[in-house]
Amino acid sequence: MTAVLQAQGLGKRYGKRWALRECTIDIPAGHVVGLVGHNGAGKTTLLKLASGQLEPTAGDITVLGGRPGDRPAQLARVGFVAQDTPAYAGLTVAEHLRLGARLNPRWDAAMARERIARLGLDPTQRAGKLSGGQRAQLALTLGLAKRPELLILDEPVASLDPLARREFLQGLMEATAEHEFSVVLSSHLVSDLERICDYLIVLSDSRVQVAGNVDRLLATHHRLTGPRRDPDRLPAGQHVVSGRHTDRQSTYVVRTDAPIHDPAWTVTRLSLEDLVLAYMDKPTAADRRALLEVQR
Amino acid sequence: MIWLTWRQLRGSAIMLAILLALLVAILGLTGSPLAADYASGLAACTRGEECLGFYDQLFDDYEIPFLASILVVLLLPALIGLFWGAPLITRELEADTHLLVWNQSITRTRWLAVKLGLTGLLAVAAAGLAGLAVTWWSGPLDQSAPQGFALMDPLVFSARGIAPLGYAAFAFALGVTVGMLVRRTLPAMALTLVIFAAVQIAMPMLVRPHLIPPVTGTFEIGQENTDGFGINRDGTFDVRIGAAIPGHAGAWVLASDLVDPSGRTIASNGAEGVVKGVSTTSGPCAPAAGPPSANGCPAEVNRLGYRQKATYQPIERFWPLQWIETGVYALFAAGLTWLCFWWIRRRLT
Repeated sequence: MTAVLQAQGLGKRYGKRWALRECTIDIPAGHVVGLVGHNGAGKTTLLKLASGQLEPTAGDITVLGGRPGDRPAQLARVGFVAQDTPAYAGLTVAEHLRLGARLNPRWDAAMARERIARLGLDPTQRAGKLSGGQRAQLALTLGLAKRPELLILDEPVASLDPLARREFLQGLMEATAEHEFSVVLSSHLVSDLERICDYLIVLSDSRVQVAGNVDRLLATHHRLTGPRRDPDRLPAGQHVVSGRHTDRQSTYVVRTDAPIHDPAWTVTRLSLEDLVLAYMDKPTAADRRALLEVQR
Repeated sequence: MIWLTWRQLRGSAIMLAILLALLVAILGLTGSPLAADYASGLAACTRGEECLGFYDQLFDDYEIPFLASILVVLLLPALIGLFWGAPLITRELEADTHLLVWNQSITRTRWLAVKLGLTGLLAVAAAGLAGLAVTWWSGPLDQSAPQGFALMDPLVFSARGIAPLGYAAFAFALGVTVGMLVRRTLPAMALTLVIFAAVQIAMPMLVRPHLIPPVTGTFEIGQENTDGFGINRDGTFDVRIGAAIPGHAGAWVLASDLVDPSGRTIASNGAEGVVKGVSTTSGPCAPAAGPPSANGCPAEVNRLGYRQKATYQPIERFWPLQWIETGVYALFAAGLTWLCFWWIRRRLT
């Protein structure tokens, strides 16, 4: 199966600031991929690079084996629902569907109509009068009826209330079950992603911290609690993600493929949220140096 | 894409069409009586003097609609640039709808091409229609207009013929380009207005006179090209030189000077120049000889070697200048359009 998104040393710079750097990932097809990170961690940048809205400053990116946003054929294969789900305020719901039908060769008119009816949206209503949740559903409908092979959603639920949020993600899940396509969606809330994602990418400090199958990530990450120990004295196969120390006790989050036999440690499983937080807390190299200097 | 562009433009396009229809209807209804007035008045006057009086009368009668029609034609391109050009892209950027439309199966180049093409075409057609309708309507008035309001005078020239087509194309492309660079509607509109106004002022003042090298010639002093003769208290005689050129009625006069026998300029348009050697106590220029313009006084001034030296664009160049000026604006518009396409591919995100 081909990869939906492959990036090699991908980077994007705005002026002097790198919004995304040294991003190397390979996302296999057929997943619902969650992209999680702080606000400003580079999520939107990565998604815009994948949809062809942005040109990379460094490295390469291929989406479904093609250059993003290059030709109409490539655009037809990738759907994109932008942050805050924009819609033309002056156009009605029906006119948005007409727009989709006019601009997309693979448009599924029946599905779009059926979905709008099921959601209870009035086709004659102007998009400017819709609630945030309804507008998000309209944008999702446009994205789905385009029949993409990959649907990218940038923080689609960020501005929605909990009920609208659940309905939106529910609708997305149903659609992925019905039609086979890959999804990449971003959020700064793990709880949004936990329910529907089976693949996770954690972005922090403009870099990809970890990427992989959710099940595999959960199986290979452990929290170790025990007597205070220096990170250098951990076995070679255990990569420290984060560590906290009190006078007598150390708590590590480590990644390892091998089982942990050391009886000194109390090993607990991590929830997805804990795992993500461990990576987002991970101090950067610069921060670590600063910390050492303060300690001296 | 054509459907979407039209759908977005529909409201303002219909409004503009109604206003244009109104303008054309008014011009159509008043144009025929105006043309009839002109034809009958011209047939009635036999001598030159009488006809001049008729021209003045006709122009006076229609002065306000004449000026209003010029204003409409001059303002329309600016309004198109402001309200169609500037918001064309900024409105999408401000509402983030560009992210919606750029992710349909259509490249942003094609999106821009259709938006620019359709909206621009309507803009140019609207300005062209207004310009040509006003040109037709004001035909009789342009024949009778006094100096300053003649066909070749900057303000009137800009509101006649095909020049408004070029202005509209330029104003629209300017609005779109500024909008794309500034990314916000109101500042883009303000900047578009400032730049367009500056260009519209600079063009007739600095560029248009030189689009075709102007003609320079010397002419004998006569009634036509003088505004008056005078005798000063110290007994010297002077001539106030005018802006008309004998035998070149309707020319756009760029400079008109009174020159002495050695060719030196002694007075410019509207100023008085002392003519040496004219007797103010006897001869044709003396007060006793009657009004100086009507008798042999101009001949006396000519005999002494004084002449009018004028630089001008003759009326025959009206259409060549119209074509060149429209071409210049079309080139501006093409350059800006190219910049838009380059920018949307390289920089706009």
